[in-house]
Amino acid sequence: MTRRWNLSLWVGFLVILAGLFTFVPVFVRFPATRDFPWPTLLMLCVGLGMMAMGLRRAFAEPQVYRGRVLGSVLGALGVALVGLFGYGVFYAPRQLPDSAGSPRVGQEAPDFTLPDKNGNLVTLSRLLETGPGGAGKANGAVLIFYRGYW
Amino acid sequence: MVAISVDPPERNLEHCRQLGYTFTFLSDTKAEVIRSYDLLHPGSGMDGGDTSRPAEFLLDSTRRVAWLNLTESYTVRARPEQVLEALDEMGKTAPPRE
Repeated sequence: MTRRWNLSLWVGFLVILAGLFTFVPVFVRFPATRDFPWPTLLMLCVGLGMMAMGLRRAFAEPQVYRGRVLGSVLGALGVALVGLFGYGVFYAPRQLPDSAGSPRVGQEAPDFTLPDKNGNLVTLSRLLETGPGGAGKANGAVLIFYRGYW
Repeated sequence: MVAISVDPPERNLEHCRQLGYTFTFLSDTKAEVIRSYDLLHPGSGMDGGDTSRPAEFLLDSTRRVAWLNLTESYTVRARPEQVLEALDEMGKTAPPRE
């Protein structure tokens, strides 16, 4: 007697893969889906749920459904992938130094001189005096520190 | 608006060209300024080098910090509207000079 294909196992695994592979090209581009990646998490949850359903079916009715062996392997792989995503998004990026010595509100920020993208030296205090492009005294400045490695 | 990273000027030039950035983009290859702001994140670069943790500061004309954002996660950065809001606040507390 032939047993039925356990479709929800496969579809669940594909949904997990789709969730992971759409994260960087699509959802990272928007702050609302990057700062907290709810569409990706939703897809991963649906995928895991479908796989759990498929596995339950495979073990509860082995005479009807296939997928005990392969389903277990795929299930473990799915859980590992979701765990890796969680680590990469929620744990690793939070391992930052405490920066207790950085200037706080009301304190004077250190002055500096650094080369710009054309190699010309730029001094922060002078930039505040002359404004961008020498347009006159600036009312302030926004400093953005990047991780770099573009 | 001034950006700072550990990348050399050539890399920043390329990066600005690709993304169309026209604001001042500075290179702190020895991470000296990054250190003076206590933002060094040792060994966080792709080749194991040091980089800056992401951070944003709003300074007034006397270089005093009016607002800052030290994010808890490097994937979460200040959004433009947060900076604009801080800029509005700064304008209220310290009206522009004559």
